[in-house]
Amino acid sequence: MNFVNILEEIEKVDGDVYERLSPRRKAMKNFFSMGSKVAIAALPLALGSMFKKAYGQAVPQNIIDVLQYALTLEHFEYRFYERGSMLAPIPVGADNAAIQIIRDSEGKHVNFLKSVISSVGATPVAEKVVYDFTAGGTFPTVFTDYATFLAVAQVLEDTGVRAYKGRAGELLGQKVFLTAALGIHAVEARHAAKIRSMRRMNGHAPLLKSYITGGNDSGVPAANGNYGGSTPEGNVVQAGITITGINGQTISANTATEAFDEALTAAEVLALVAPFGVS
Amino acid sequence: MEKRNYYDEPLSENSGFLTKSLPRRSFLQYTGAGVAAATLVMAGCKAEAPITIQNHDGVDLGSGDFGILNYAYALEQLEAAFYVQVLATPYSGISSKEKSYMHDICRHEVAHREFFKNALGSKAIPALEVDFSTIDFSSRDSVLAASKGFEDLGVTAYNGAGALLESVDYLLLAGKIVSVEARHAALIRDLIQCGSFANSEVLDQNGLDGARTPAEVLALAATFIKTKINASNLPTT
Repeated sequence: MNFVNILEEIEKVDGDVYERLSPRRKAMKNFFSMGSKVAIAALPLALGSMFKKAYGQAVPQNIIDVLQYALTLEHFEYRFYERGSMLAPIPVGADNAAIQIIRDSEGKHVNFLKSVISSVGATPVAEKVVYDFTAGGTFPTVFTDYATFLAVAQVLEDTGVRAYKGRAGELLGQKVFLTAALGIHAVEARHAAKIRSMRRMNGHAPLLKSYITGGNDSGVPAANGNYGGSTPEGNVVQAGITITGINGQTISANTATEAFDEALTAAEVLALVAPFGVS
Repeated sequence: MEKRNYYDEPLSENSGFLTKSLPRRSFLQYTGAGVAAATLVMAGCKAEAPITIQNHDGVDLGSGDFGILNYAYALEQLEAAFYVQVLATPYSGISSKEKSYMHDICRHEVAHREFFKNALGSKAIPALEVDFSTIDFSSRDSVLAASKGFEDLGVTAYNGAGALLESVDYLLLAGKIVSVEARHAALIRDLIQCGSFANSEVLDQNGLDGARTPAEVLALAATFIKTKINASNLPTT
């Protein structure tokens, strides 16, 4: 996050930004001079309060809505791995370690989003008291069968990637929030790739790749919607340009779908996670 | 805090050539009161150019969204050329599984490259000349370290470029590509060390992937690009 640019951007629309902040110049100086480790940990909070003090409720509601949406999904993802790491028969060793890494990342995303939302003066959306991890009985063995657990995890991670991608556009012009959202988006993609590798290595889905091939490659028919939507993962045309065989290159339709991940709208995502009791 | 020059920093051979200097990590590792003070000065002085690269010669990436697209096109050219070379001269002991990963990734990067070429049309920069003389293509360690470096760099490049775009459509396209780069990065990282797909080398304390400015990215990529690139007209805010 680049504070210099943020201030410059604000100055474009509000030439008095430095004037507004001037009584707090000393506070700003303290902010920038904080010990480096403290600065990173406290960053969202400190930044938010700086802006709030200068502008009151300056962060537009639609931005807060996107943050709340992200938090809603992260709450669920974290709890899925938290429950899973306790209940599911995850092999001890590399698999267990990976699930814990992913769980902890999701936990950090929850805390990060909560602190950002709080710091801009809104109340972070509460976690649901009860989730239905079987999605209304679709995955009855989600926490008793390891293969099912990983299959559901893949679907959730791929959906998470699509969810962030689908709302990034609403954050355009809000550099801090957009860059943070992109930062989480990429991590969800790392998670998705890892879960897919684990399914491949464990022999649950030997041909599965770390990227999305074709449409729903999860082997879970109930997840067709997670790979579908208004722009399905099977899409091979980007900005009007057909990727398959582009410029005479050897690019199959499957490769064309692997090379570009697709987005889901908020409505699509919320409908998909509704059976889990998320929305 | 993203104003450091990276090219004067000695690189550790065994940590991968790029990952060591993620902005946030650099911030943690190197930022002291001096840099904080410099940041403050810049915060109060709009005219001060935050970018230290002032290369006005060479291939002009252009300005605005097309400039950013050309920037992405340059990076995809670099990545594609790298994997084409990996496939042409596979490292010794490459497994069939690893070969198929390299093949897939190569095809993805070529698809990205050709997409940008067509999307840019007459505004596209020419083909860049690459220089991979620092990479030992016969060595698995060398190739995978370079691959990890390129993929992690690509993620931070797109993450940093997002906010520089004006068009939501281009932002969405960048989003479609960056998550694939992140998938690559996770895959390659685990080939090097199982479980390193999203470790603290690339994630900050909040569990977020990093972002780099074009100047930072191009400085890191400069070792591998022979063609001189002029990024001075790219948007910086």
